[in-house]
Amino acid sequence: MTTATATPSTGREVTYLEAISQALDEEMARDERVFLMGEDIGPYGGAFRITEGFQKKYGEWRVLDTPLAESGFVGAAIGAALMGMRPVVEMQFADFISCAFDQITEVAAKNHYRWGAPVPMVIRAPFGGGVHGGPFHSECPEGWFFHSPGLKLVAPSTPYDAKGLLKAAIRDPNPVIYFEHKFLYRRAKGVLPAEDYIVPIGKAEVKRVGADISVVTYAAMVHLALDAAELLAREGIELEVVDLRTLIPLDTETIFESVRKTGKAIMLHEDNKTGGIGAELAALLAEECFDCLDGPIIRVAAPDTPVPYSTPLEEFFLPKVNDIVAAARKLAAY
Amino acid sequence: MDISTEIKRADLLEMYYYLRLTRTLEDRITALYRQGRIVGGVYTSNGMEAISVGYASALERDDVIAPFHRDMGAFLIRGITPGEVVAQYLGKRTGPTKGKDCNVHIGDLKRGVIGFVSHLADNLPVATGVALAFRLRGESRVVVTNTGDGGTSRGDFHEAMNFAAVRKLPVVFFCNNNQYAYSTPLNLQMAIHDVMDRSKAYGMPGEIVDGNDVAAVHLAAKRAIQRARTGEGPTFIECKTMRMHGHSEHDSAKYVPRELLEEWKKKDPILKAERLLKGLGYADEAAFREVGERAAKEVEEGVAFAERSPLPEGREALDGVFASEEESAP
Repeated sequence: MTTATATPSTGREVTYLEAISQALDEEMARDERVFLMGEDIGPYGGAFRITEGFQKKYGEWRVLDTPLAESGFVGAAIGAALMGMRPVVEMQFADFISCAFDQITEVAAKNHYRWGAPVPMVIRAPFGGGVHGGPFHSECPEGWFFHSPGLKLVAPSTPYDAKGLLKAAIRDPNPVIYFEHKFLYRRAKGVLPAEDYIVPIGKAEVKRVGADISVVTYAAMVHLALDAAELLAREGIELEVVDLRTLIPLDTETIFESVRKTGKAIMLHEDNKTGGIGAELAALLAEECFDCLDGPIIRVAAPDTPVPYSTPLEEFFLPKVNDIVAAARKLAAY
Repeated sequence: MDISTEIKRADLLEMYYYLRLTRTLEDRITALYRQGRIVGGVYTSNGMEAISVGYASALERDDVIAPFHRDMGAFLIRGITPGEVVAQYLGKRTGPTKGKDCNVHIGDLKRGVIGFVSHLADNLPVATGVALAFRLRGESRVVVTNTGDGGTSRGDFHEAMNFAAVRKLPVVFFCNNNQYAYSTPLNLQMAIHDVMDRSKAYGMPGEIVDGNDVAAVHLAAKRAIQRARTGEGPTFIECKTMRMHGHSEHDSAKYVPRELLEEWKKKDPILKAERLLKGLGYADEAAFREVGERAAKEVEEGVAFAERSPLPEGREALDGVFASEEESAP
């Protein structure tokens, strides 16, 4: 899972997790309005150790341990953002974001539309399965927020994107939910530029160029799609892997350009199939690229169940390389 | 207690003016509603005006409020004009939300007003965040927030109270206990008699005041704001009052016993303030009439402004979902 999107200028490989840590550290050093809130992020350094050592460096108030009350501290982040601060909230697990659903969708998302005051805040949401977390530590809750106007949603797949998108999210004047995939924390590695950079919100990236079938995906599934592309290349089927990186606002230009070229599309996500982002993308392609399609739009996604715990159950639940290969072979026959 | 040593004459007279302005404005809005001129719901603070007038008059210019829908007096004191309020009710482009939101969902950072959302108690965690920003920057500013007796059943109420107390944040929590949350009476809302008891669970000082006594509310607010400003942390203030109209103007409130309303009519906050002002020799009937006329004139000017204001174009519904980069430059 080693990727290097940018020109390396430091020799050392960093993990996806370290990239997130670096982004937080550099933004806090750059802008004193940036501060962190969440459960156990202080002396403990967070459940995943992303803020290890931060409280020593930035003090108790800028790395603020909160009571166990997601709605309360997300609401507090909104208030601080309204007053010109740049809060970055850590959900211990993305699953717990349901407790803050109301503050996010009703207060943060609608605020600028209603009375014109920006809410520049970031909610970091460690999401996704493959880590034996069971139904409450593995969810992909992005679909809930995909349907709430006023929020920006990003979901990086590489250390480069993880760092650049987090910096962009912190500098954005809107509420941004930053979905960081737990499976990638220590598995995705890459060499990062030494200089300050951002990955702009709203820009997808073609992670692999291919002529035959577009796979539109994000986060951990990007790596699955790249693995499938390797296998299929041996059969002479060339996948083009479009990494959305930003879920809202969607980079429809890049998606449409790819599908107009290949004429075939697979929507791949780890979230449940029904009403997921793949469904919306399929509808968009049907509306905008119908004339270019040479086959059905296929969704490869998790079944409509909670994320199960036991290894065989979770393995069955998660989309696999073989699912992509099967879908691609089916499409290639058209 | 001698009120004359606690509150300046001019301040008391100003509070009285805002009580009258609030009542006059909301009565006028109710009349517009009955004429079918307001398309949405109308939520008034009739009979409860002393609470928001009492707390908002205790704040300094740089302070902030995170009010709820029975707080018209606070909006007016913060500088939201009767014209803007009526324009908001009429859905005009000159309203503070340009027609996007309704009734008292009014926010304006320049005037230190956090916009209210219908979900009761949602603005309490937001208020703690406002206070947190003040604390992070070392500013001696304070935020006052308010919700109803029903709102204190929400988890957000408890999460906000707890967080504010743990971090000793400069926030004052008001509760307008008007005995009914829509049609639900207090005894079906909570198993305690005084909402104030809730504050004990958070290690937060609590106080009960007569919510129809503007001077009492104002003085309680002053004490709590002083505590907050000097780093002593949050306070909870329960204001006992009575909702004299329905939840909204469409609601006849038949579920409220008439004799209860008759009893509370005698405790009307405006009558109470007049008795106080007369007793102190600060004003007489002629002065009250004059204030009433001034309020009526301002309200009529506001209605005229709102009525001649344009409605938004339909396509403006698409504007403003996201803030642009320029709105929040680094």
